[in-house]
Amino acid sequence: MNFDPRYSGRNFTSVGTRPIRPDGVDKVTGRARYGADFNMAGQLVGRVLRSPHAHATIRKIDTSKAEKLPGVKAVITAADLPDLTDGDAAMYDILDNCMARKKALYDGHAVAAVAAVDARTARQALKLIEVDYEVLPHVTDVDEAMKHSAPVLNDTIFTEGVEEKPARPSNVTTRTQYGHGDIHKGFGQADYVVERSFKTEQTHQGYIEPHACVANVSSDGTADLWVCTQGHFVYRQHCAQLLGMEASKLRVTSSEIGGGFGGKTHVWAEPVALALSRKAGRPVKLVMTRDEVFRASGPTSATSIDVRIGASKDGTITAAEATLRYSCGPYAGMWAEIGAMTAFACYRLENVKTVGYEVLVNRPKTAAYRAPSAPMAAFAVESTVDELAKEIGIDPVEFRIRNAAQEGTRSSYGPVYGPIGIGPTLEAAKNHPHMKAPLGKNQGRGMACGFWFNFGGQTCTDLNIGMDGSVSLAVGTVDVGGSRASLSLVAAEELGIAYEQVKAVVADTSSLGYNDMTDGSRGTFSSSMATISAARNAIKILRERAAQTWDIPVEDVVWEKGHAIAKGEKYGNLAALSLREIAAASGKTGGPIAGHSELVADGAGVSFATHICDIEVDPETGATRVLRYTVVQDAGKAVHPTYVEGQYQGGAAQGIGWALNEEYIYGKDGRLQNPGFLDYRIPVCSDLPMIDTQILEIPNPNHPYGVRGVGETSIVPPLAAIANAVSNAAGVRMTHIPMSPPRILAAIEAERGG
Amino acid sequence: MAGVAVSTTINGDSIEYLCQPDETLLDVLRDRLGLTGAKEGCGTGDCGACSIILDDRLVCSCLVLGAEAEGRRVETIEGMAHGDTLHPLQQKFLEHAALQCGICTPGFLIAAKDLLAKNPDPTEEEIRFGLAGNLCRCTGYDKIVRAVQDAANVMKGA
Ligand code: FES
Ligand code: FES
Repeated sequence: MNFDPRYSGRNFTSVGTRPIRPDGVDKVTGRARYGADFNMAGQLVGRVLRSPHAHATIRKIDTSKAEKLPGVKAVITAADLPDLTDGDAAMYDILDNCMARKKALYDGHAVAAVAAVDARTARQALKLIEVDYEVLPHVTDVDEAMKHSAPVLNDTIFTEGVEEKPARPSNVTTRTQYGHGDIHKGFGQADYVVERSFKTEQTHQGYIEPHACVANVSSDGTADLWVCTQGHFVYRQHCAQLLGMEASKLRVTSSEIGGGFGGKTHVWAEPVALALSRKAGRPVKLVMTRDEVFRASGPTSATSIDVRIGASKDGTITAAEATLRYSCGPYAGMWAEIGAMTAFACYRLENVKTVGYEVLVNRPKTAAYRAPSAPMAAFAVESTVDELAKEIGIDPVEFRIRNAAQEGTRSSYGPVYGPIGIGPTLEAAKNHPHMKAPLGKNQGRGMACGFWFNFGGQTCTDLNIGMDGSVSLAVGTVDVGGSRASLSLVAAEELGIAYEQVKAVVADTSSLGYNDMTDGSRGTFSSSMATISAARNAIKILRERAAQTWDIPVEDVVWEKGHAIAKGEKYGNLAALSLREIAAASGKTGGPIAGHSELVADGAGVSFATHICDIEVDPETGATRVLRYTVVQDAGKAVHPTYVEGQYQGGAAQGIGWALNEEYIYGKDGRLQNPGFLDYRIPVCSDLPMIDTQILEIPNPNHPYGVRGVGETSIVPPLAAIANAVSNAAGVRMTHIPMSPPRILAAIEAERGG
Repeated sequence: MAGVAVSTTINGDSIEYLCQPDETLLDVLRDRLGLTGAKEGCGTGDCGACSIILDDRLVCSCLVLGAEAEGRRVETIEGMAHGDTLHPLQQKFLEHAALQCGICTPGFLIAAKDLLAKNPDPTEEEIRFGLAGNLCRCTGYDKIVRAVQDAANVMKGA
């Protein structure tokens, strides 16, 4: 049956309510099983040896002593993970990141691994592995890495995206450009031009659950992998490809996941665990320590960004330009490109140009972190927008409203917008009581906007109706924050039954067709679309069964509020049949009733947010306190509003940490100095106020219920909103994130002195 | 290394186990006793995911040795509900959606239980400082604080 994904207005019964999540009791009683909570009989403990050098050639690895240690069952190096990527450069990078081949490219890069009977033996074995390194010069700073004098990480890389192939290799892998119009003309029309440069430091997603998996390769060539991941189907593809297995022979089960935020979207140690298990002939459990999580799993980019914006006296932006340099770790990425696409996405611009540079550095491989790349670009742009508004002498909210993108605006990255929420979030912010609340001494208010694309992608879902009328929903998108509740609501809505009648589970890779991972805010958007489609397919069968029971044409049977109803005068005395009744009779009317759906969810619907915050700065110490924080964001349609609020609050809190505290600190030796929660300080309860939320619902025309992705946009505005608040409180423009007390103090003192 | 024999009380039950002298109580709970409700987020006392109550004191079980539990009383998340009746904190965490991924939840519940045992009527600030030893990366803490406030009200009334 053809599925029509277009939005149609309706009155909701289940969607928009706030029931308790189906996986809740297990999670409050300690019964839910996360990555490290699963064990197999005879399982070994896997551990990874990591490079202490930021950049070094691996001359030789001698594992013989480790192999002889009693209790050691397998030792592997890159030789045990041969290159099977067949020219797939992105997969080769993932392979090299899992286990360094010729060179160690960052402090923490895996070089060997062991599997032993217990943790102590495994740790001892690591000490017995002898690695002969030739230490090379390194570079960790994004601007330094772009210089001609910088050590080159990969001499096969010549910058792409420039007109002529460069004469020599460099750390700049790619240049990308977006925009339209003529910025020279635009700046010519400007009465005011503001130009500023910004830096942001590298942060980590900071999920509380370290990467963990249990791998079991059997001698018949089949294998099982239990793992915490945002995408078990993707992990299956990766692992199968890297280990030379057929995907169907590898069954991947996603555990409950203790946070991902983008960091669990590609494999890190899972191929290593599988290779160890294959060699040892026993199951292997591999759990990263927190130190390993920081040193060797996905931080975000560090950036350096220049922004120039011009406007006429009446407050119309005439031209906007940005140059964005993003660190990628040692492997090419498209982080600066995403920054270049999102930088000016909130605005209606005639002349705009953004240029991105992807830069290799001796730091861990950059991974996605919630709306990856957008927060840094928004920080730079929204700070400059505030400065420009000040120059012109116009209220910063008013200035943004005047220049906000609308339906029909050609976005700075290309497409023309449909109905969007930037204007409404700005209007809501303007009218929010927070905007008018009084401020005290040393306190400042800031606001900023943010944009995120959202993704859809491949989705496969099964909906089975039991004989008792209960519904089991099997989805292939990992539940990272309550999506099983949302999807149960959607199934209940479409079928017209009670939420409690539906039970949603995340199925393993052998039980469903391929699903993209839960990223790009797609979990609820795409799986709800697939759930609606599957439910509609099931309803068709339910109607057929009712028609058969009544012996009337199926066209005369409609589905309303969980019942089949015979439509038309002539059927006046036929009592409606409930889903339960039809299900109970299914054994005699043609067997089980199910709805299946496989689709590519298109049109995820961009989303916008505006944040407001108040910050107090202590001018003597540079210390800050977040006094008040408000998030206004468009959700399209909030399926489970409590979890939507939770996404808004969580993103804001992560943004607050990024803005004020969190950063990777590298020593001169290129080693990470703060790989732990003591020195890499994420916000704790006492650092934050309540976080106010306001959900706007501007329906997404490409989803039957109007749903948009909601998970990521909330981390985009905070860096900028807080920077604007701190700058207003301290009386000096802050251009370097995080705005830690020493940086704020230095800025205040420079202002006083200069 | 020779094992240490330990007799202790866990969630009201007498338990005996053998552990290595350098083994943490967290590892004993998780790997030897199958009580995986306490989580290891850091292993260094910085995240609170491994929180348990040891003789009425809130501790990070990753910083306690298994051998130190000898003769003492250990309370873990697995002992918080009474049969199938949830503790008010557990119930309020569910109602307020005070968890997203839920990995921090057992630690928060244990820490909140300890907090309310010592201070049955905490202010928002007291809750925030009382739970500052537990990290949550998902929620921004707003709903956790509200759940604890609500539970405190219910428990006072009880
Ligand atoms: S695991 Fe014990 S405090 Fe983090
Ligand atoms: S709910 Fe995920 S860390 Fe707290």
